[in-house]
Amino acid sequence: MSDVAETEDTEVAVEVDEARESLLAEITEELGDALVESHLRPGDDLWIRVSRDAWVETAATLKDGMGFGFFNFLSAIDWLPSPYGRDMDSQVDLALAPEEAAEPEPMESGYAGGDTRFQVFARVNDITTNRAVTVKVDLPDDDLTIATWIPVYAGANWHEREAAEMFGIEFVGHPNPRNLYLPGDFQGHPMRKDFALLARRIKPWPGIVDVEPMPGEDDEADESSASEDTP
Amino acid sequence: MTSVSESEQLRYINQQAADARVNVEIETEGMTLNIGPQHPATHGTLRIVAKLDGEQVVAAEPVMGYMHRGYEKLTEVRTYPQVTTLVNRIDWVGSFANETPFILAAEKLMEVEAPPRAQYIRTVLHEMSRIANVMLGIGDMGVQLGAVTPIFFAFRDREYVLNQIEAVTGGRFHPNFDRIGGLKDDLPAGWIQNTKNAMDKVLDFCDQIEELMYGNEIFQARTRGIGIIPKDIGLAYGVSGVNIRGSGVDWDVRRDNMPRGLVYDQVDWKVWTHPDGDSYARMWVRLQEVREGAKIIEQLLNQIPSGPVMAKVPRIIKVPAGEAFVETENPLGVMGYYVVSKGGLNPFRVKIRSASFNNVSITPWLLKGVYVPDIITILGSLYFILGDIDR
Amino acid sequence: MGLVESGKLPKPLTSLLNMSRKYSLWVYQWGLACCALEMGAAFASPRYDVMRLGVIPFPASPRQADLVVISGTVTDKMAPSIRRLYEQMPEPKYVISMGSCANCGGPYWDSYSVTKGVDQIIPVDVYVPGCPPRPEALLEGIVMLQERILNEDMQERWNQEPIVVGADS
Repeated sequence: MSDVAETEDTEVAVEVDEARESLLAEITEELGDALVESHLRPGDDLWIRVSRDAWVETAATLKDGMGFGFFNFLSAIDWLPSPYGRDMDSQVDLALAPEEAAEPEPMESGYAGGDTRFQVFARVNDITTNRAVTVKVDLPDDDLTIATWIPVYAGANWHEREAAEMFGIEFVGHPNPRNLYLPGDFQGHPMRKDFALLARRIKPWPGIVDVEPMPGEDDEADESSASEDTP
Repeated sequence: MTSVSESEQLRYINQQAADARVNVEIETEGMTLNIGPQHPATHGTLRIVAKLDGEQVVAAEPVMGYMHRGYEKLTEVRTYPQVTTLVNRIDWVGSFANETPFILAAEKLMEVEAPPRAQYIRTVLHEMSRIANVMLGIGDMGVQLGAVTPIFFAFRDREYVLNQIEAVTGGRFHPNFDRIGGLKDDLPAGWIQNTKNAMDKVLDFCDQIEELMYGNEIFQARTRGIGIIPKDIGLAYGVSGVNIRGSGVDWDVRRDNMPRGLVYDQVDWKVWTHPDGDSYARMWVRLQEVREGAKIIEQLLNQIPSGPVMAKVPRIIKVPAGEAFVETENPLGVMGYYVVSKGGLNPFRVKIRSASFNNVSITPWLLKGVYVPDIITILGSLYFILGDIDR
Repeated sequence: MGLVESGKLPKPLTSLLNMSRKYSLWVYQWGLACCALEMGAAFASPRYDVMRLGVIPFPASPRQADLVVISGTVTDKMAPSIRRLYEQMPEPKYVISMGSCANCGGPYWDSYSVTKGVDQIIPVDVYVPGCPPRPEALLEGIVMLQERILNEDMQERWNQEPIVVGADS
């Protein structure tokens, strides 16, 4: 698994990412209690999770205090495993083996933890020192609201509109919370996992078997049909 | 008959204009002008609703969604190779560049590295897609301003580059050539020499366009001083790529944060910036980047190593669980993919950070107080592609 | 009652009229997405020149166009505009659907915001498959349409009921 903070190899010394470790230390110092959890992949990236009340404070700290002036993006993740089977990201082919997938898969969050179904995440860069950090925040299921980042990063305007219409999250204080992409009379929030793609429900994707064996490669045929069920 | 001196003429004109402004201000009500969604000048189906006061814009608001195809939802139901096919239709002009960050993110999660030959060819194709894209942008800028000739030059000379892309990938745009672990095929015989010839033609095009368009005083009068993006505001909006380099910010992901899997550090090249921040600066930087791209390609082709083009990956790609974000310098700006994987055949969530989305989000701020023809100039100089905005 | 509608024109004359019509099509290009570039390459580039077929691009408005080439993905938000555009064109008018998105939804067949084919809104004469189709494929589609125009029965065309797609549903 690649999400262990340090990997040890017999030949290569323990990889310590000093730049990112010091960045994490700086952020911890500035944010204090607001920082709930963090995850660092050395040589690669840094994730932090903050509490919902400190969302705008985090943005202000990063932008004004630490020089992260470039707004990369802001969006949301719905961690619910899809209830629709193989045609919607479930790993088991419900069309082929419907009995096995009766129970829904457990919901797991990604890096930097998380307890809720919806998480809003954003990324900002500091272009003078080439640092970047991904910030995540949990949203409780019964109250999908969060403060807007517009006072700090003006570019969050459209990103928040898109997240609002796709996930149904309300950004408190947004000056123009209209639909960005979807027509005005669209019902539902498309990016939620329980929003079904109707075309796929009506006619399931005919290519459920991913790989047809090439002529003369019989051992591949065994591998392709067997590996469908292995996790 | 005494002749009127030029300063007197100007004074007279200004006086008349001042009178007209005073009179008009008393009587006019604002007009709402709807530009698009079908309009020859909007690079696709962009709709701008502009509230005008006379000829000046009071507020302008782009209305998006006319090309929204639901990419992020579609990627959740497709396997990784299928997503590669889908994803090069986001920025449909320079489309190999769309595949690269996604493939690199998946390779990062799988901990697979493409062999060196594949990395070189990937970089070459990435640069070629940049050249094809930006050539069209330069030609298109002429059309936005009313000059129809540059677009013919652009289309004609793009054909040489598209020929080369087609020779190796089979598709003029939408190459669908990148695979997790490498590339689909190796280069055909004679491709390297043909591409070098094509790059010579590209450099000729740059010289011709510079003389034809950039030296033209009408072009200069219409683009200098128009649409200035200040540095801090641009960064707060997330404007990236040429648009921010035209405002003097020396930031290029190819040099500063090069993702593992591309080989820009093996060649000797330069990042171009311009301090002005207006439309002319952006177009000028674009032209220089085309030239630089041709030089990068020549150097890469001289150094290309031999070897396989595909690493050992299983037949059915299952990417281990994790999250990865990779951004690359695409022709339109910085494009990134945030891939969340749960260990299966399909990605769990792909967030596509497309360059033009942020670039165009600055237009409500940028278009305040400009004249109506300048709207088109500014949009042309920002050079976005609708698929990139609407995904 | 004109000569054409009443059918009094002899066949050679209607053939001549058809031939003159097919060689003077004014094309309104509705370039939506990637196919718009291939269409642009077909119309504006000196290599795949479409004017040699007698088809002239860039009319001043849809009201002066004979042929519309819908190239690119049709989304549900854009569909009313396409319908309005089609209704603005005067008869006789032809539609070429270019690319697989306009034919049937294409690679976005399962999307929540894409119309699965432009023939759900307007009647189509020629479908050009491909993603994107090469400019030569578009030229072949235009040649096919020209053949169709040549063999058209002008009286029938003049007197036919206007095709209304989806009027009863």
